This record gives sequence, C-alpha cells and structure tokens, in this order.
Amino acid sequence: MPERDLTQERLNDFVVKFANVNGTGSASANSLIMKSIFRMGVPVVGKNFFPSNIQGLPTWYEIRVTREGWRARSGRVDLMVAMNAETYARDIAEVAPGGWLLYDSTWPRPSLLSREDVTVLGVPLAQLCGDHFEGARARILMKNVMYAGVLAALLDLDLEIVRELLGESFARKPALADSNMKAIRIGYDYAREHFDCPLPIRIAPMDETRGHVMMDGNTAAALGCVYAGATVGAWYPITPSTSLMDAFRAFCARHRVDPETGRNNYMVIQAEDELAAIGAVIGASWNGARAFTPTSGPGVSLMNEFIGLAYYAEIPAVLFDVQRVGPSTGMPTRTQQCDLLTCAYASHGDTRHVLLFPADPGECFDFAVQAFDLAERLQTPVFVLLDLDIGMNDWMTKDPQWDDDYRPDRGKVITAEMLEGMQRFHRYLDVDGDGIPWRTIPGVGEKGAYFTRGSGHNQLGAYTEDPAEYQLVVDRLRRKFDAAARLVPAAVTEGSGRAELGIVSFGSCDGAVREALAALRRTGVAVDYLRIRAFPFGEEVEEFLRGHEAIFVVEQNRDAQLRALLTLETAVEKRKLRSILHYNGLPMSADCVVDAVVAALAQGEAA
Amino acid sequence: MRVTKPRIVPPGAPRNELGMTRRDYEGGMSTLCAGCGHDSVTAAIVQACFELSLPPQSVAKLSGIGCSSKTTAYFVAGAHGFNGVHGRMPAIAAGASAANRKLRYIGVSGDGDSLSIGLGQLGHAIRRNMNMLYMLENNGVYGLTKGQFSASADMGSRSKKGEKNQNEPIDPVLLALSLGATFVARSFSGDKEQLVPLIKAGLTHRGFGLIDVLSPCVTFNDHEGSTKSYAYVREHQQAAIAADYVEPRREITVSYAEGEAVSVEMHDGSNVLLRKLDRDYDPTDRAKALAYVQERVQRNEYVTGMIYLGEGRSHFHDRHNTPDEPLNSIPYEKLCPGSAGLAGILSGFR
Repeated sequence: MPERDLTQERLNDFVVKFANVNGTGSASANSLIMKSIFRMGVPVVGKNFFPSNIQGLPTWYEIRVTREGWRARSGRVDLMVAMNAETYARDIAEVAPGGWLLYDSTWPRPSLLSREDVTVLGVPLAQLCGDHFEGARARILMKNVMYAGVLAALLDLDLEIVRELLGESFARKPALADSNMKAIRIGYDYAREHFDCPLPIRIAPMDETRGHVMMDGNTAAALGCVYAGATVGAWYPITPSTSLMDAFRAFCARHRVDPETGRNNYMVIQAEDELAAIGAVIGASWNGARAFTPTSGPGVSLMNEFIGLAYYAEIPAVLFDVQRVGPSTGMPTRTQQCDLLTCAYASHGDTRHVLLFPADPGECFDFAVQAFDLAERLQTPVFVLLDLDIGMNDWMTKDPQWDDDYRPDRGKVITAEMLEGMQRFHRYLDVDGDGIPWRTIPGVGEKGAYFTRGSGHNQLGAYTEDPAEYQLVVDRLRRKFDAAARLVPAAVTEGSGRAELGIVSFGSCDGAVREALAALRRTGVAVDYLRIRAFPFGEEVEEFLRGHEAIFVVEQNRDAQLRALLTLETAVEKRKLRSILHYNGLPMSADCVVDAVVAALAQGEAA
Repeated sequence: MRVTKPRIVPPGAPRNELGMTRRDYEGGMSTLCAGCGHDSVTAAIVQACFELSLPPQSVAKLSGIGCSSKTTAYFVAGAHGFNGVHGRMPAIAAGASAANRKLRYIGVSGDGDSLSIGLGQLGHAIRRNMNMLYMLENNGVYGLTKGQFSASADMGSRSKKGEKNQNEPIDPVLLALSLGATFVARSFSGDKEQLVPLIKAGLTHRGFGLIDVLSPCVTFNDHEGSTKSYAYVREHQQAAIAADYVEPRREITVSYAEGEAVSVEMHDGSNVLLRKLDRDYDPTDRAKALAYVQERVQRNEYVTGMIYLGEGRSHFHDRHNTPDEPLNSIPYEKLCPGSAGLAGILSGFR
C-alpha cells in the first residue's frame, strides 16, 4: 500500500507499539492505555507479541487506534515506546517515516537512536522514578505507569478516565491507585513541559465503542462454557489455552458456588496429561455432564486415540484447540491456523469431526454454547478452533447476548420414564432414520444398561467382527456426519455475489480480509467474500465455490490446509483455488491479502 | 460375538435384600480361556455385589484393554459398562465420577494396562484418591498378544518360550502404598474366601481401593519357571491379614483374641475386621505396611489380605468441594447466570 502522509494530523488512526522486557509489569500499563482509548469511544486493536518465557526476554505490545473500526494489525508503527535497550536497534528501524520513538533518556543513546525521519522523544523515566518513589520494585513498576502518563500527554488521553481505570484496578488498595496516578501525573507534566503536545497522532473522543467489550477469546469461550451449563472441565495446562480454564474457574468461583451450601456446582480436573484430560471429558460426558477440555496442537496430538473412541462409541465431547505455531513444540506464543487437518480427521481409522471456526471473541462465546449442543445432538466430539490471536489478545467485540429462554439441547437421551415404556433399548440403532441413535445415561435403570466400547460393535451395541454388522454402523456414522452440515453455523458471505473473484477464509483472518476487501474496492476491484464458520461444509460453501471463477483461499499456515480440505470435501476444481498464506506466527494484516490479490491481477493470473 | 447367558434361576436360590439372586449380578458369557484366573475374579465380584445387595444400575464398570479388561462384560449386566482405551481407564473413571458421584465405580484392569501403558494414570488415580474400586488382575504376562512379559513379571521368571525376564518388576501394592493409597489389598484369584470380603470392603471404601489379584494365565503363564502360576502362587502366598466384612446392621459376632484383630469402621457404618496372622503387623500404619511387604518380597512371598486401610482421608469429591447431588443432575437454572448475570460480567470488560 502507498505510504500515507504523516505530516497530516491523524486523528484516531495510528499505531503505538511498546517494546518491553518480559516480567517487568508493562502489561498493565499498556492495557491501561488501551482501555483509556476504548473508554474514550475510539475503536482499538491490541496485539501482544510475547516470548515463551516468564522473565527477561523482549516482549512487544501493539495498540492500533482505528476510527474505522478495523480489527486486524495494520502492519505499521507510528509511535514506538522503546523500553528495552536490548532491542533499540530493531525497534527504531520499525518506525514508519515521520513517526516517533519514546525512550528512557536517563541513559542517552544518541547514536543508536537516530533516524532522520523519526522524532526521538527522550524522557528520563528511571531518574524521575528514583526522585519520586522509594524501593527498587516500585521504581521498576512506576516506570511503566510513568510512560503511560507521557503517552497520555502525547496522545491527548483523558486523565479522568485514566484515574477512573486506576481506581477500578486498585479498588481494594486505594493507596496504590494514588501512587500510580502520581506517576501518571509526573510523566504527563514532563511531556507537556518538554514536547509539543499532543502529537499529530492523537485521540479525539468518539462514540464508537458503546455496546462493545474488550475481551480475549479464551475468556469469551470460558464464559460460553459457563452459560452452556458445562460442569466438568478437564485439562493439562498448555499455552495458549491455559487462560481459558483460568477464566472458567474464575467465572465459576463467582457464579457457580451454591450460596446455601458453599459447594461447587462444577469440577475442574487438572489432569496428568492431555490423554487423561480428554479421557475425563469423555467419562463425564458419557455420564451425562457437559464437559470440555481446552488445549493446543500438541495436546490434540496426544488426545488422538481417545478422540477416535469418542467418535466411534458416539460420546459427546467439546474441545477448544487454541492453535499455536507448529510443528512439534513450535513457537508456543505465536499464532497460526495449523491444526485444521489434524482436527478434521483426528485419530486412526475412518474418522471425521465437527469443527467450529470463531472469528472473534464474540463468536467464541456463541460457538462455545453451540459446541455443547452439537456435541450432544450429534453424540460426537466437537472442536472449537481458536488461535492464539483470538484466544489471548484483547479484541473489541460486540457485547455477547444471552437469551434467557435458551435451554441446552441434550440430544436423544432416554429418561427413566421413557425406559419404563420400552421393550428393549439398543444403543446404536437408527430408530429415527437420521443417523443419530438414542443413548442412556448410566444409573438410569437396568433396562437402559449397555456396554460402551471402542471395539467393533453392531447396531444393538454388542461386540462384533461381522463384516456386514460393522459396516452398517460406520455407514450410519458417515450419514450422521453429513447431516451435521445442516446443523453447524452456516458460512457468511459479503459482496454482491456477482464478482468473478472470490475470497474464502476463516477464523482470525476475518479482520484482515475485510479490511483488504475495502482497500481493493477503493481501487475498483470487486471481490466476494465467504467466511467459513464450520466443518462439515454446508451447501452454501459449494454454491460460492461454484459461482466464482477464481477464488483466493486466505489462511494462516504453510500447507494451505483449508484449501486442501475444500478440495477433499467439496466438488470444487482444484485449479480455481489460489492460496494466500501467512504463517510467520504474527497475526496477519490486510496488506498481505491486498498485495497478493493485486499481484495476481497484474499478472493476469486470476481474472 | 457375545453369548448371552440364560437367566434361569434355580428354585430356592438365595435372595438378597433386593430379592435378587446371584444370577441377577452375572453378565455375558466369558470368552476367556477355560480356567482363567480372571473368571474367578469375576465370580467374586458377582458374589460381592450380590451380598451387598447393590442395585445393578448403581454400578458402573470401567476397563481398559486386554484380557482383564474384557471381564467387565461378564458381571452385573444391569450396569453400564465402558471398555475404553489401553491404560486410560482411570481418566474415564475420573470424569465419570466427577459427573455422578452416586454411582459405584468398579474398574478392572490388568498388569499391562495398569503397570506399563497405564502406569501414569494409575498413579494419579491413587493420588487423587478417586472414588472407585480398582481391581488389578495380575498375571505377569500379555495374554492377548500371546505371552510377552509384563511389567509385573518377576526377575528371573521364565516365559512359556523359555525366555528369562531381566527387568525389575513393578509391585502395584508397593506403588500404591508409596503414593498414598487409602485402601491396599492383595489376593489370589483362587481364594474366593479371602477375595469376596475384600471386594465388599473396597466397594464400601470412600476413596481409591486397590486390590491386586494374582490371577494366573492358564495359557501363557502357568508353567514351571513362572512366578505367577497357580502352583507357585499357592505355595508362596502368605496371608498376613485376613479380612471379614461386616455390614452395618449385623452385629460383629466373630471374636478374635485380644491384640490379634483390628476392626476398621467404614464410612457407612460397616466394619472390616482384620485378623492379624502375623502378630507384628499393623494394617493402619502405612510405613510399617510398606516395610513388611518389602521384607516379604525379598523372601519371594506374596503378602495377601488387607494390607493397608486408612479410612477418613479426604477423597476426590471432598477435595473438589462438589455438592452431594451429582453434577449431572443439577438443574440448568442453577448453572447459568442468565442475561442479568451477563450484564454484570461484561461491565468488567469495558
């Protein structure tokens, strides 16, 4: 994209990036700034680029202020808050021409931090902290808060909102709120005194965040589990899914403790490994509880055997795979959409699984609830595929909505009363002709007892090695899966539907794709967009593929897994599908899509 | 193929408090080899459930993979059963128990399922003091894959093909004692008199009950040179503690000499009478139990009976502070904070 002119005032449209040292308490300062902007009614995007480390390594946080409400990274940096001397060189190199760099000038670095087209702003933060605060720990923490104060002046943040946020954070420790505010004030005053405040990039209040929250997808998914009525969660901690269970526990501590008895109306089992975690989920679901496990790629690899059991023995299970960069241990704190194929066909033998692809935290909430309904309706594992970008970054997302008339769809469960009127119960018989058999929950009564097994079984539930009996059951399983295409969330389309070019994408690519569509439209290129929200694919996916001559498949992995799945599972001609791939571990930006489409058009490849 | 046993009740067959006969606690016909020790264990489980008058639907049977794991199909046909994946039965049990604490969980496993592929899960089930009876049918050999040594095979014992086992065995009793198990017993499949009371006590125990049952494999491990053959076990088992299970409503009438019997009260008021065959043995002292079993192992003796019993320790559900009502039957209205709750929750994210 052409460089924009930075000399023009850029209200509510710029990027601030923070370069910090992991474990120094910078996260709360950065989030204070982002929340202040959000509360001023201005849309923001926050992205955290952190190392797989607890303390000492470089870490970055990026806040994109976007008056138009874009949801992806922009890919450029206008103001770098360089708080890590170790990364000064690369940090200054990243600033866009005409931009700014703020650093701690207690230790001046004039030669390293110099670029003709970048304005360097030095604030002696450490020295100011030393002058105003006691104790080593306070001085380190206050340095972060103080640069937040500097930014408040540079960006014209509302100090009252900053004070309000600090008051909420330290509601139980008002003294801390006061000392934080003091640090803010020192930074703020220093900036006003020494720089021309505010900068051309600045915040002006808007009213575009009402009805929205800043929430990460793991939290939203956990909230969905609470609302779906999940009572058993089993997990083995793994980045980047850990915060999902942390959030579930926190919500449960508030909302699931019986006020009369003080007992917990939930159980979280920290398993010894992922094999045990999914085993516990299967045991609990078999026994009639709504149960789930959050994990990431390496966990899914370990769970494969059990997933096949749940598929074949037809036991509901809900898995949240918060994808991170693979293969193997990969880059645990970086994002990718690399588990699509492994989840679609997880486990040995003929297996296939229902997958849901939320594009933002709002959908994480909705799809979490739907995942339990689908898992019980279809009696099969359901995967919700998040990724680190959705799961761990704070997204501005529409308020999740709740319908108080909602009741869980427990699927075909035979109750004790129903059992009384029955001659006999057979677990795997397709009595309704829809491929979904009836099940009983243990304890319901002798007549409902059956033997659950992963070994060959016939439709009556008995062990079998008979070819015809075996095939009857697996053929029904296939029919059941195909029927799922009509139950899962349908793909959404955007555009006239008459363009020759199409883009197909899913999950966290959505923000970048939408922004790219607008950019392409501005240059006169019309593209229709299909965002797939689930597997198996519905008829609307086939239609879109049929209706477009050239289709770009945008996804975040090296091997074009969505494209592969489309070619395997739809009638689309392979040659129609071109890949736009982004897989370096960072959240994608619109440029990547725009550039690829423009380049293809230029070469006459696409249209 | 499954062969269904005819449920013909002989006239005058004894009935329990539910009016049920022993037959009512049987399952499908066993497909194990004739004379398999596992079938005797099955018979003992049937007897114990019958004597305890358990409603069949109040039992859940869980197993992994292997000969032993097949046996859950052979008892209490009126209970739900779950034949999971190899070595992972404890995980299923954990989830099942989490969902419904009211059922009685009987896990049946083998030495391959428990001590090799499933060693980790067994260890963690013990640590969690999960509410279940875990029967380990121990024959020192892999039956279904035709005769490889298992992790419980003794050093120097010989396989049917004449191979000598070179690795140290894992003794599930020593393992359980050292991991803090609250109920540890060992018995022999051929000793029904000892086994049935142990199973009854295990089914009444609150927490994890392990019974290691030496259960010879007639096909692959019942030859000369095996230390888990019928002949060897009969000769080397040494009952340290005889257990009698006394139901709450029955008076304890059996009398033992002072200092030779310990009565341990179970949570439901029933009692386990432990008759000490060795004067120095204290079945409520973990360290002494551990030392005693270890000492006997050195002498190639299998200590059998109720080896350790620690009632009153917190169990899986205590530790999670779950309600008495099973989680799977709590009304949805109590689980969902609703739209009113949501408004409050969301206010923390602005």
